[in-house]
Amino acid sequence: MTAYIGKRLLAAIPVIIGLSIIVFLVMKLIPGDPAQALLGSYATPENVERINRALGLDRSWPEQYVIWVGNLLHGDFGRSYILNRPVLDEVLERFSATLILAGAALLICSVLGILAGIVSAVRQFGWTDRIVTFFVLIGISMPAFFLGLVFILFFAVRWRLLPASGMYAVYGGGDLPDLVNHLILPAGTLAIVATGVVARLTRAAMLEVLRQDFIRTARAKGLKEGVVIYRHAFRAALVSVIPVIGIQAGFVLGGAVYIETVFQWPGLGQMLVKAVSTRDLLLVQGGVLVAATVYVLVNLLADVAQAMLDPRLKA
Amino acid sequence: MTGLTVSPSVPRKRRSNWQLLMANRLAAAGLFLFGFIALLAILAPVLPLPNPDITDQPNRLLPPLSDGHLLGTDHLGRDILARLIWGTQISLIVGISATALAAIFGSLIGLVAGYMRGATDTVLMRFVDMLMAFPYILLAIAIVAALGPGLLNALYAIAIVNIPFFARNIRGVTVSVRNREFVEAARLSGKSHPAILFTEVLPNVLPVIVITMSTTVGWMILETAGLSFLGLGAQPPTADLGSMLGQARAQLFTAPHASIIPGVMIFALVMSINLLGDGVRDVLDPRLRSGALDRPMAVTKIRRKAKPAPTIENAPSLVVEHLTTGFDDGGHLTPAVKGISFRLDKGECLGLIGESGSGKSVTALSLMGLVASPPGLITDGAVYIDGRDVLGLREQELIALRGARVSYVFQDPLTTLHPLYRVGEQVAEAILAHQAVGKSAAKTRAIALMETVGIRDAAERSRAYPHELSGGQRQRIGIAMALANDPDIIIADEPTTALDVTVQARILDLLQNLRRERGLALLLITHDFGVVAQVCDRVAVMKNGEIVEQGVTDTILRDPQHDYTKRLIACVPELGEGQRFLARVRPLFEEAGA
Repeated sequence: MTAYIGKRLLAAIPVIIGLSIIVFLVMKLIPGDPAQALLGSYATPENVERINRALGLDRSWPEQYVIWVGNLLHGDFGRSYILNRPVLDEVLERFSATLILAGAALLICSVLGILAGIVSAVRQFGWTDRIVTFFVLIGISMPAFFLGLVFILFFAVRWRLLPASGMYAVYGGGDLPDLVNHLILPAGTLAIVATGVVARLTRAAMLEVLRQDFIRTARAKGLKEGVVIYRHAFRAALVSVIPVIGIQAGFVLGGAVYIETVFQWPGLGQMLVKAVSTRDLLLVQGGVLVAATVYVLVNLLADVAQAMLDPRLKA
Repeated sequence: MTGLTVSPSVPRKRRSNWQLLMANRLAAAGLFLFGFIALLAILAPVLPLPNPDITDQPNRLLPPLSDGHLLGTDHLGRDILARLIWGTQISLIVGISATALAAIFGSLIGLVAGYMRGATDTVLMRFVDMLMAFPYILLAIAIVAALGPGLLNALYAIAIVNIPFFARNIRGVTVSVRNREFVEAARLSGKSHPAILFTEVLPNVLPVIVITMSTTVGWMILETAGLSFLGLGAQPPTADLGSMLGQARAQLFTAPHASIIPGVMIFALVMSINLLGDGVRDVLDPRLRSGALDRPMAVTKIRRKAKPAPTIENAPSLVVEHLTTGFDDGGHLTPAVKGISFRLDKGECLGLIGESGSGKSVTALSLMGLVASPPGLITDGAVYIDGRDVLGLREQELIALRGARVSYVFQDPLTTLHPLYRVGEQVAEAILAHQAVGKSAAKTRAIALMETVGIRDAAERSRAYPHELSGGQRQRIGIAMALANDPDIIIADEPTTALDVTVQARILDLLQNLRRERGLALLLITHDFGVVAQVCDRVAVMKNGEIVEQGVTDTILRDPQHDYTKRLIACVPELGEGQRFLARVRPLFEEAGA
């Protein structure tokens, strides 16, 4: 198992390098000359040249890339000139809030999605299946940013059950129950689409597995239907559901952008949207890179979990 | 039996794809809703709508159904209905354009990578993998950050992040198309690579491109609306559905209708497209139509015309009477086993022989209600085990007999063992299902059983997974599992067909010895008269779901009555016969028109 984990970790390195190259190239998409933009009306040819030399922009792209990565590895993600603080500090602080939100959503979508998928497959074409299918359809067609607003209108404004925004109460908050209270609406909204996708794929995986020969063997042994479904079919279906959950981690991390904006959750997504409108590019660059790296690691974790379940994959 | 028509030879009329799509009520509803919304959007310039950009401060935030403003006004007094219809038009155009862009570039990458293979393929697909390694929307945000907010830039960003879906799907199909004969022929005729790619490969890949577009367009509309909602897409005064919602959010508490109306519109639009897309996919995926993805029940569905006697006196181990099993394909019954009867005495071995498709496996599975159902359906007959009709038992009672009184050994032991559990556990599980013993006792007994069936180092091997064993060892595990509860009857369905010839002989010897030692009755399903001659006391010959001849093995081998039996016997080659075998067998089948 350790060897397998090591192998997967090594395989993740080129992916992370690739991510950094794409982020680097995207930043090169910026139209116009950065020095010119920075200097504005002071952009005399000498000033432009001086800035270019100071920022290393007179070097070739590969050179610039290597210098940039070298800085990243030293924890130097640059400085946000709008917030006037190091990019990495801001990103890590914001990202911890996003992790709580995205982690909660991922937990909800895994548990609910798998349960709904199993029930839906076992009671195929029954009422439960129809109800699940109906909600799945609504879930994957519903814009999360709209659903969030509707939830605020009902749960926060009309029924006053849950807070409408923020991560902690302004007065007297800060403990775990307060956090959970603030977490329910945004995490629930964020989880909706992912729950639909997980339920759909769990259902399909279960139906696929229930057709396999080894299920017939389990039945021929005289096992009770519950054992056949949960011990034999579900265990095998889980192997193909786990990578789906890994992919959902990406959708949840991305979807957090909308949810954090709607619910004023002080996370990375909200930071990114603000940074885009203030053109704080280093902050965008750092935020995207950190989120993408974490996503790669989550998928690595999913791979390892899958190999732990399926002995055939370890070889 | 109402609603079931038995007509084996008349194939049903196939319905066209369009009819199938319309028969799917949800897909039809999706198409209708999408058509209606699209029509409104297209007709926006000619509909009698007020100018969507004219502000009217005194009449701001009017509720729906106000005079002159059917859906009310927004925070600047603009007519919401007019803005909604124009906004829908923009959202549709942007979403569809993004889909088209992603389709063009993604397909191009997929086509080139799949056609060229080698280094080009590796480089292109690694690049695509990198794009996919980003959390979906974050890459789009980075691109918008670099290019600057705006509708066109949002469109580009969404198109870029969707390129991988197309590239991957199209590459997969291209790889399989490039090796086909017509592509080879075009290459030999001297056509250039681009010409082959666009005139030979592309037309064959086009359906996949269309399907991928139809399944992603709803998503892209949603995502472009999302970027606009965040203020990164459409900039004022232009408004798509997303930016309408984003701007109205500030008045959420005082004028919720201004938020809810565009939100519902996005939802309706995306849902109609998803319904339609699912319908299209269902029509094009033949597996969904054939019922191959239906969940099989614990016991085959039984709907018998007549109730047979629940018990019979002085019965041998197994009596099968007029067993009839078919496959119910949506109201149409295809028969597989047509009223067959046979019996099996204690300690006896009966061979059930026939070619594939003759119904012998369905017979074997029907005995314990193991035919996958749907579509399997037992319509007539009885199966008496120890004189009791098991098809009349309650589900729990039948399940309790499986593996206890009657157990099975199946054909391919790699697919019939659970791939994720150790083989020892799987044998122990069979014991625990029927005996009140502890886990460790079951484990010990499982190892003893494995030794009985001739597995060396059984204790150590019991910790292996099925894929770590050889085919012969796996089948021995299958037999150990069948023996776990000292059954009276073992039904072996082609137990040696998937094995090497030398292993076959050893597995047959094992079954034979176990039968003698334990007084087991064995029902052996096979297509090989050589196996029957070696093992079986009596034999029943099956053809087209019927038993055409049965009797003592020696008699039948010496003096077969039925033409089909003669041909099956002739199919067993003799040692040293060589080329003459074919010369001998071929005429037998030519006269029969087989």
